[in-house]
Amino acid sequence: MAKYKVSFPQLGNYYVPLEVLFTEGLGVEYIIPPPITKRTLEIGSRYSPDSVCAPFKYTLGNFIETIEAGANTLVQAGGVCRLGYYGELDEQILRDLGYEVRFVNLAKAQISKPYTFYNYFKEINPDLSLNKIAQILPVALQMVQYIDEFEDYIRKNIGFEEEQGSFTSVHQDFLAELRQVRTKQELKKTYHKYGKYLKEIKVQIPQNPLRVGIVGEYYTIMEPFSNHYMEKELAQMGIVVDRWMNVTNSLLHRPQKKDKERIKHYAKYNMGATSMFTIDKALEFAKKGYDGIIHVKSSGCTPEIDAMPVLQNISADYKIPVLYFSFDSQTSDIGIQTRLEAFYDMIMMRKEN
Amino acid sequence: MNKAYLGIDIGSISTKGVVIDENNEIKAKEYLWTEGNPIGAVKRLLSILKDQLDQEQYQVVAVGTTGSARKLIGVVTEATVVKNEITAHAIGTTSLYPEVRTIFEIGGQDSKIILIENGIVVDYAMNTLCAAGTGAFLSSQAHRLGVGVEEFGKLALTSKKPTQIAARCTVFAESDLVHKAQIGHKKEDIIAGLCKSVVSNYLNNVGKGKKILPPIVFQGGVSKNEGVKKAFEYATGYPVIVDPNGHLTGALGVAVLAKKSKVEKEFTFDIASIEFTTQGAECGKCSNNCEIICVYREDELIDAWGNKCEKGAIKKAIA
Repeated sequence: MAKYKVSFPQLGNYYVPLEVLFTEGLGVEYIIPPPITKRTLEIGSRYSPDSVCAPFKYTLGNFIETIEAGANTLVQAGGVCRLGYYGELDEQILRDLGYEVRFVNLAKAQISKPYTFYNYFKEINPDLSLNKIAQILPVALQMVQYIDEFEDYIRKNIGFEEEQGSFTSVHQDFLAELRQVRTKQELKKTYHKYGKYLKEIKVQIPQNPLRVGIVGEYYTIMEPFSNHYMEKELAQMGIVVDRWMNVTNSLLHRPQKKDKERIKHYAKYNMGATSMFTIDKALEFAKKGYDGIIHVKSSGCTPEIDAMPVLQNISADYKIPVLYFSFDSQTSDIGIQTRLEAFYDMIMMRKEN
Repeated sequence: MNKAYLGIDIGSISTKGVVIDENNEIKAKEYLWTEGNPIGAVKRLLSILKDQLDQEQYQVVAVGTTGSARKLIGVVTEATVVKNEITAHAIGTTSLYPEVRTIFEIGGQDSKIILIENGIVVDYAMNTLCAAGTGAFLSSQAHRLGVGVEEFGKLALTSKKPTQIAARCTVFAESDLVHKAQIGHKKEDIIAGLCKSVVSNYLNNVGKGKKILPPIVFQGGVSKNEGVKKAFEYATGYPVIVDPNGHLTGALGVAVLAKKSKVEKEFTFDIASIEFTTQGAECGKCSNNCEIICVYREDELIDAWGNKCEKGAIKKAIA
């Protein structure tokens, strides 16, 4: 193969640090995966087993779209649920469809032990320079944290911006400039510059705003298309939206044992994947006196199904309503809007009371 | 002239309308099938309501819409309130039964549970992916058994030994039902069994984890089915109230909301003679291909929606 054109499925805005890592660190061309759209889901559903969870359908569809965009090397991550096996399944389906691409499955590498990635990186580009990776990896990881920090701030404030679109515009410019960043110094500079812009945006937050915490399964909570842009809908209703789940919190600074300690009255044994985070954060939102919790997951996600009865207990103990959403491949928004509007009416009426 | 308020609830299966006065008293009401044509159904609805309402005495000063076609009909009727059906049902029910704690609602395509404390909604749930155990399922099974859906509940009450029917999902329930019929179970027993399975499906899915307290009000089209009502009483151990106007509660709720909003806009029933059309268009400006719906009044674009981003925005012809 003349040149490695590598890609990784789309998830939120993490393509930015991935692009920096792949182009600078691994010395390959990075194909930015096309944004997730109805078409992604359509292709993904067509070639996926029907009962597989929706994130598989999205990522498979997105792989095909990246191949169409020129990628010849696909990278899939692992996970602590069925996702751990998805790499093999993706590869087999793509082979059966006749796509001749290289497939690198990171399922066995451990995020807590960065050196385990080395062998897989070597698979992506055998001529890679360890030195270059060592230089860019901390930059990319820091970039992830900055992006997450920005987006957390935006979620909590965007519903109250004085001028519509201010946050989105700064966010987009920030991401665009991050793509040019190659060193820690440049990263810091960009971060401070846009951090200032962000804080300068005028917001009018009422005294005691409605606050909603979102918990749930890894992919569906982070890829906005797959949850029907729920955070945006909530913000437009004038709600402070809070979500702990992101790559920084769940992977880079994974809580080791503290979360289990905090939730021991509700769940004694680990139910896998994101379930313990879901319970831990729902409890935190409840204790902080949030007005409501929204639980999102893909249909059939067993760890999250197991977490639901626990959320019901938290809901009863703290008198906090929990709204449950289970997504598959439906694309109509009306039912979701109905439920969100009703949720808004409910938490509003509860508050006024 | 007295002020009156019109509430319209346009569901997937049926369209409901009420006109109320200042005291929430119903002055005109109608229930008819949507037949896949919400605009047509509302026109028929309005011409019936118009005949019922004493127009010498009452002037409709605000319109509220709810149900899955609330947005479309809200545009057509120039509604002052467009509200989701969960809130509308809660408001409608509490206006009739201020003490209510639990609302069971089973409609044509969806079902919901609403928990109320001191007249305030404190929790609710609605079926998401599965439409099992709703009115559409019951009416298709009634048809299969050669029984009118209106007779269904009465027949169920005559059963002494309801047949066990799988409640997991519509497909399982249907094949189980067919098998039970073929091995000789009596029709009334199968029907009673089906009513029980609808209830257990509802309580296991929509009602899961919710604390059900009396007074319980059961509404939506399926509440007219005495067999289902009885099965609910049996399963919960509490009496279940079904209001004679229970099928109109959503429309009543949104009429009450229109009244409370204090925004007034005189409404004449003459839209029945105006031509409204909708047209779907694929945006095509990115690969998401949002389906945009344009609503026209006599060839004039009055509203459009369905675009996910600004690229697909269609400007209204009138502000």
